[in-house]
Amino acid sequence: MNEATTGNGDGSTTVAAGVSPALAEPPREKLTKKAITADHPTWCPGCGDFAVLAAFYKVLEKRNLEHEKIVTLAGIGCSSRFPYFVNGHGAHYIHGRAVPLASGISLARPDLHVFLFGGDGDGFSIGGNHLDHGARKNINMTYFIMDNFVYGLTKKQTSPTSPIGFKSKTDPTGAIDQPVNPMKKLISAGATFIARTHAAQVPHMIQMIERAFDHHGFSVIECLSECVEFYPDVFDPANPKKGGSFELIQEKKWDNTPEDELRHDVTDELAAYKLAQLPFPGVFGVFYETDRPTKNALEKKWIETTREKTGNASDLEILQKTFDRMK
Amino acid sequence: MIRLAGNSQDGIQTAGAFLARLAGRSEHDVMTYMTIPATISGGPSIFQVRIGSGEVLSAGDEADFLVAFYQHSYQDHIGFLREGGVLLYDSDNVEPNLDDKRFFYVGVPITGLTVEALGGTAKDKGKNIFVLGLIAKIFNLDAEKLKRVITEKFSGKDQSVVNTALMAFQAGYAYPVGNVLTKHYRFEHIPRASGRAQITMDGNQALAYGLIAGGVRYGAGYPITPWSSVMEVLRRELPKYGGIFVQAEDELASVSIALGCSYSGYLAVTGSAGPGISLKAEAIGWASMAEIPIIICNIQRGGPSTGLPTNVEQSDLHQAIFGSHGDSPRVVLAPASVEDCFYIAIEAARIARKYSTPVFILSDTSLATRIEAFDEPDLSKLMVDPKPDLTPRQTHKPYPIDQITHHVPPGTRILDGKYPLLAGLEHDEMGHPTGSPKLHMAMTAKRRNKLRKLAEEIPVSEIYGNQEGDTLLVGWGSTYGPIHDAVKMARDNGEKVGALHLRHLHPLPNGLEKIFDKFKRIVTVEMNDQGVYGFGQLATILRARYCEPKITSFTKTDGLTFRVKEILDGVFKGKSFLARHIPREGAEVIHQAGAENVKTLKEVVPQGVG
Repeated sequence: MNEATTGNGDGSTTVAAGVSPALAEPPREKLTKKAITADHPTWCPGCGDFAVLAAFYKVLEKRNLEHEKIVTLAGIGCSSRFPYFVNGHGAHYIHGRAVPLASGISLARPDLHVFLFGGDGDGFSIGGNHLDHGARKNINMTYFIMDNFVYGLTKKQTSPTSPIGFKSKTDPTGAIDQPVNPMKKLISAGATFIARTHAAQVPHMIQMIERAFDHHGFSVIECLSECVEFYPDVFDPANPKKGGSFELIQEKKWDNTPEDELRHDVTDELAAYKLAQLPFPGVFGVFYETDRPTKNALEKKWIETTREKTGNASDLEILQKTFDRMK
Repeated sequence: MIRLAGNSQDGIQTAGAFLARLAGRSEHDVMTYMTIPATISGGPSIFQVRIGSGEVLSAGDEADFLVAFYQHSYQDHIGFLREGGVLLYDSDNVEPNLDDKRFFYVGVPITGLTVEALGGTAKDKGKNIFVLGLIAKIFNLDAEKLKRVITEKFSGKDQSVVNTALMAFQAGYAYPVGNVLTKHYRFEHIPRASGRAQITMDGNQALAYGLIAGGVRYGAGYPITPWSSVMEVLRRELPKYGGIFVQAEDELASVSIALGCSYSGYLAVTGSAGPGISLKAEAIGWASMAEIPIIICNIQRGGPSTGLPTNVEQSDLHQAIFGSHGDSPRVVLAPASVEDCFYIAIEAARIARKYSTPVFILSDTSLATRIEAFDEPDLSKLMVDPKPDLTPRQTHKPYPIDQITHHVPPGTRILDGKYPLLAGLEHDEMGHPTGSPKLHMAMTAKRRNKLRKLAEEIPVSEIYGNQEGDTLLVGWGSTYGPIHDAVKMARDNGEKVGALHLRHLHPLPNGLEKIFDKFKRIVTVEMNDQGVYGFGQLATILRARYCEPKITSFTKTDGLTFRVKEILDGVFKGKSFLARHIPREGAEVIHQAGAENVKTLKEVVPQGVG
């Protein structure tokens, strides 16, 4: 989602003559972890989300983004407390609706870097419909979903990604409902960048965040992030530190070698779907990436052609002309 | 007043709208009213145009001229024709009771003549325009102007469509019955006092253009009757101004997208009818908590649930004021007329920005679909520049406890390095979460006090009619016209009565108690239910606010706009007012028996022609 650095084209970066006295802008210092750190996280000790926050700080530092253009947003849930821990513009919104909130910001202000954080309940259950439509419309943003397979903030209820048999306070004898497969859901919804990572794999996480950030469009990362309180050790099979395996997707290098035949083509939707079929813990990396015009770009184009038709008239002239026709 | 009655697919709305636009251009005051069935196609429908040379306030109780396309149109609407009125009917489809000598009958084989005139495969499509031609002749309307209006309307379509329409119009205009009747009627031209040009549009259009004038460039919505046409206009128009209107996947997304736009520095709009507003309620509560400006339009219809989708009701007032969990203050405004839809939108934008608050605009079905002509607004004085202020700040507190919140949009540098967070959790002055009981009390008060501050600056509406006396009628929203007509009529019959119309419903303006003191009783007139405790929704609020037992209400829930007579019967029980027609400055339809003998239509002696 890197359209921002090139400016916005809608004049919104122009400094308006406001009430505040214009301040001489001091030179920019390099963006540091210290500058972007806010409240101490309220997560439980050992929670996977700490590593996500650290990885995010790293990416911001590495990319040295303009501090005021970073916007972090979230809905409701443990992981959705994220914006409070980042010192930057941002908002803590309501449960499940962070995607449309972010859409409004992304469309009205393409100069900003819109980062969205949330969990599996927020993204796949109460906000499931918004995820589909944000993906379909390809609205420019980076959405990081910390998936722990359980509702943690409300203390252990079954989540949309809880496996069948998971014992929770709402399924004391074990979950009976088929869980959501996030990769399948995102592929079919039309997301243009889909990746999967793990909170115990910080370098991989950083890599995925950077690739998502560089992608133009609706970029989603599902990150397995352990809930040490209510669903501990669930990700062991995916965690080498606990003896599991972390199998990476081998992406095609297009080098005409026989080995390359077997590698994954990230633009192949069906191949991505096949990877999503693999049993837990599955594979990690970029499942799918395609270049499709963003809603931001399409709306901008429509605005430009419409503005041209008006002869780039002033707002007053356009409305007056409309009223003249209604006389 | 002319009422066209037929089926919805006959295009009578189109014909009626042409009449309204012509009247507007001819500097007549005009007001329309229509009913449409809740089905996609078919079903009885009416379109009513009231044209006056004086001030037209309500759509009128009785028709001077009724056009009936079908037998059911005749049977259902003959009761609305005044004595001495003219029934123009399609003699191919309607057999009126010619023995009823109260009316004047004109039978024209509308269907047959339309088919004959247009030929081809169109069947009777175009009979609406044929009738328009007849009416133009009968009322001696400016045929050239009408043809221009027709051409403009169809200008986006194939030239053959325009030609067919003009042919149908010409056929109707040339039909000899027009000639017979034309000497009987004419409009008396009285120049308008203001001298400004007239704009003709419906309430939803006025609302949409008012939002644009008020500097709204972004928004989002989801289709629902009768709100959809607002979003259609905004979706089409906003790109001209560099803005975007998003059709969202649902109501929750649409309010959220709008909040995102507002947070990013561009005041945005969302809207719906009651069912959709219910879905937006949680997000609107967040806007109260996070103190984000946003405009929410509720084009009210009959409720609860899916209710009466194409009928009118004012039953969402309490929802607008209280409709989120927790103490979540917001501002509620209601436009009184189509013209006011334009100005209230500008007012809503002003308040939303100044107090960083959600603002409701409560319109309704009748305002949404009604076409009125009004003085052209002076846009050069009204247009608001929407550009956000991204000037760097030394420091910024999003929620200063003793001041009104004004957010800085993202993209604004904060030089001390402490960036603000917008929070749905109870928060401290920087937006960070707090569970402190003291802070929750202080912040709750902060959010409420800004509405008290707003109340200080709202002007109290003028009282219409008697400034003191026996009865004060209090209304809000689209009932402005019939209430004021009722007051006029009651005063003509010796009643000491005034009317107060509230545009600001929450908070209420300060000083209403002084007005209430001057009247023996206060009666709100509302299109909602009297509720468990016996009072309409506004009356309930006023009684709670002023502890005034003399406040009562007259309410109804039949899904139709108030007729003047209904209000008079409801408010002045047991009294009957003699004048059958609403007195008005300047005559409307004139019967001209001879060049020197001009009488009003009601004096026409009933006689049969067709």
